[in-house]
Amino acid sequence: MIDGGSNNQSRTWQRYHLDLPLLIGLFSLALMGLVILYSAGSQNGDLILRQVLRLGVGFAAMFAVAQITPQQLSRWSIWIFGVGTLLLILVLLTGEVGKGAQRWLDLGLVRFQPSEIMKLAVPLMLARFMATSPMPPSFKTVIVGAILIGIPTFLIMKQPDLGTSLLIASSGLFVLLFAGLRWRYVTAVLGAVVVAAPFIWNLLHTYQKNRVLTFLDPERDPLGTGYHIIQSKIAIGSGGLYGKGWLNGTQSHLDFLPERTTDFIFAVASEEFGLLGVLLLLTAYLFIVLRGIYIAIQAQDSFSRLLAGSLTMTFFVYFFVNIAMVSGLLPVVGLPLPLVSYGGTSMVTLLASFGILMSIQTNRKLVAT
Amino acid sequence: MSKQNDTQSHNKRLYVVAGLMSVAALVLLLRAFDLHIFSKDFLQEEGAARHLRTVTLNAHRGMIVDRHGESLAISTPVDSVWVNPSEFESARERWPELARVLEMKVPAIAGKLRNRTEREFVYIDRRINPARAARVKALDIPGVYLQREYRRYYPAGEVTGHIVGFTNIDDKGQEGLELAYDDWLSGKNGSKRVIKDRLGHIVEDVERLKAPQPGKELVLSIDRRIQYLAYRELKAAVQAHGAHSGAAVVLDARTAEVLAMVNQPAFNPNNRSGLRGQLYRNRAVTDVFEPGSTIKPFTIAAALKSGRYQPDTVVDTSPGFYTLGEHMVKDVRNYGPIDLATVIQKSSNVGASRIALSLNPGQFWETFALLGFGAPTGSGYPGESHGTLHDYGSWSAFEQATMSFGYGLSVTPLQLAHAYTVLAHDGRLRPVSFLRIDREQADERSGDAVFTPATLSAVRGMMEGVVSAGGTGKRARIAGYRVAGKTGTVKKPNAAGGYAEDRYIAVFAGMVPASAPRLVMVVMVDEPSRGEYYGGRVAAPVFARVMSGALRLLDIPPDDINNLVDVDAAGGHA
Repeated sequence: MIDGGSNNQSRTWQRYHLDLPLLIGLFSLALMGLVILYSAGSQNGDLILRQVLRLGVGFAAMFAVAQITPQQLSRWSIWIFGVGTLLLILVLLTGEVGKGAQRWLDLGLVRFQPSEIMKLAVPLMLARFMATSPMPPSFKTVIVGAILIGIPTFLIMKQPDLGTSLLIASSGLFVLLFAGLRWRYVTAVLGAVVVAAPFIWNLLHTYQKNRVLTFLDPERDPLGTGYHIIQSKIAIGSGGLYGKGWLNGTQSHLDFLPERTTDFIFAVASEEFGLLGVLLLLTAYLFIVLRGIYIAIQAQDSFSRLLAGSLTMTFFVYFFVNIAMVSGLLPVVGLPLPLVSYGGTSMVTLLASFGILMSIQTNRKLVAT
Repeated sequence: MSKQNDTQSHNKRLYVVAGLMSVAALVLLLRAFDLHIFSKDFLQEEGAARHLRTVTLNAHRGMIVDRHGESLAISTPVDSVWVNPSEFESARERWPELARVLEMKVPAIAGKLRNRTEREFVYIDRRINPARAARVKALDIPGVYLQREYRRYYPAGEVTGHIVGFTNIDDKGQEGLELAYDDWLSGKNGSKRVIKDRLGHIVEDVERLKAPQPGKELVLSIDRRIQYLAYRELKAAVQAHGAHSGAAVVLDARTAEVLAMVNQPAFNPNNRSGLRGQLYRNRAVTDVFEPGSTIKPFTIAAALKSGRYQPDTVVDTSPGFYTLGEHMVKDVRNYGPIDLATVIQKSSNVGASRIALSLNPGQFWETFALLGFGAPTGSGYPGESHGTLHDYGSWSAFEQATMSFGYGLSVTPLQLAHAYTVLAHDGRLRPVSFLRIDREQADERSGDAVFTPATLSAVRGMMEGVVSAGGTGKRARIAGYRVAGKTGTVKKPNAAGGYAEDRYIAVFAGMVPASAPRLVMVVMVDEPSRGEYYGGRVAAPVFARVMSGALRLLDIPPDDINNLVDVDAAGGHA
């Protein structure tokens, strides 16, 4: 009887296919994000309003997706993947150019990035493909899986959108990894990457090469490509243990920090809230990731497990790459800080992916034998 | 069973990946510690270096005013426009807007940046008025900044151009008294620390490091009204006689303060574009000339001082010339035997030189040296010339003779006026002062008496004769006042080492009122070219006009009331 109330409560959440711990984690992160964004965006009320609106749309999408069962997702995955790939090709042929990259597709009413669909389509497709293949995957299976990952990755890299293609590739690779990809393949791929590095280097755009060079030595061009990262490190470090206080960051408010509402918002948070603030933020992220892994472990079929593991780890890569880049550990790739950075479609996709996780978690018992 | 295995192997993978993830998260944490804790000081410093700036606060340069507080040089706030080329370059499309406000051409702006793109500070336009500066600021073009400065403005313009001098564009004294008293006038620039954003806008004042100390006011001895009179009359005379140049100096007879000092040609210190350097010369201080007959009163005074002559001692000048070695000394005509007063009144070279030759060269030299010839006047004016007075040990008889009528030595107009103050007041020499001083200060600085009061009054009396109806300087007369003075018409040296027959300097040196002189004035007109060239005809009228005005302005009571009407008539037909 003591548990009765909480059981009732969890049944209520269960009915709407929502996972409470995950929801709490996401909400607190979004809230922290709004606080940081208010400062980073120079206390612009409109900016906050638009972000709140996006979050609303995102959470609505999450809720909607959570109502779809994993079985339905598995069934639709081929179609989603196929249509998404077609749209990617279409974007390369007819897409709109924004900020030097061809990412947008104008459908008259809506403009959207097909690469966002692929963020969900690739893990769905791979999870389905691997789940229906014998375990551990044979060499042939791995090759087919690699091709399924390679096509969209290549198309998105062509746009060019290095950050997103990186996320999509890793989401697929995580599925392969969780599916029991033999370690010798992993070692072989890593070896191949090292060998191929010079060739990949030649394939990169000049600005991408510059980013890598700048990462290795930011002082190489302190006023040009190195500028972002130098200013960002200064912002982070000058926060100290307790930070300079909300709205008191000098690097951000005096306009030294570039892209401070989007890719570099972590630096704003670091400067104003210090190490303690950073720890709090990281705690929220890691809590969400741990909950995701828990859901994956609890999942009762291969498709769900692979999908949940992949989506969770991709989320980890997402914020890890952003934070590592802003603190100068990785070269600058254009990835926002998930749920905190100001920005549109990617947030909707991201929350939709948590909708999938919630669906997996809440449909568990129904599938159970 | 196989399903169970699957699950286990999947989960094993998940744990491995979660482990890897933990390592990655740990890396992030370590990095955060590294930046926040260990690199904090360095990075905070770097941050401060980016937004904290020290800004110079330009100090206000002190005013220059005349003896009555009328301003002669004032500093007004203006703004200069400068750019940071690398920032400015990125806003190229907005250059035409800036060009329009500054009324410049775009290529002119580009020209200023050429070869300077590596710099961080390039002036585009200096000293624009505050209204225009506000418009530049309103444009808010990246990389364009304003700097508050002070522009020097000279209300009296050309009238005081030479004496006051001017400053350069950085507010440093370049010429004249602006240069001489630069330390006094220039303030100490202050500085403050400010927070600037990336575009260089000052967001907040943090602290004032050093308050700017404004420069101090400089009170000159100049009387702007007399200065103006002198300027006007000298300019008129130089133009009327087609002269090459001219200079005039008015000194206070009792304190040796400079009341007026003007030169022709003059220049406007407020607009110096395209002016030649020689216009800037303050000839009254820097240019020397042979003073000619204006020196004769000193020769007579030296003779009286020697005790071998009395005012009524007669000197025989017949037949109006004599030879010394291969040189000849001559008068305009034969004056026969004449007394000392007549030597001065008629300006007899033969008389003056005969007297000089009868004197001890050492004593003669010493008298001239005590009058300040060959030495600075003590004014401290930059570029002041000493003139020349050769040591008597090297004198030949002919040199001793010519010295008595003003050849073989050279003086500046200021030096000549300075020497006349000795005759005009108490026989003592006081250093020339461009700053206002009172009589006490002047007396503290006075030298020993060069002449006795008896000598002074005798020589002044003789000099009154020069300005009498029959004298060479009768055009220097002023209604109601007794005037003492001496004319000079000096042949200019030619390139061959002799004297030109057709190029003269017209000089008049005098003092008023002769009964107790208050003002001494020297007028020098160089190379009059329209026929008249006598000092009495070219320079003396300038003296009369300036002095009559000055006497009235200074409210000096007339000492010759009986002659109020007479002089006007004489002036009319002379």
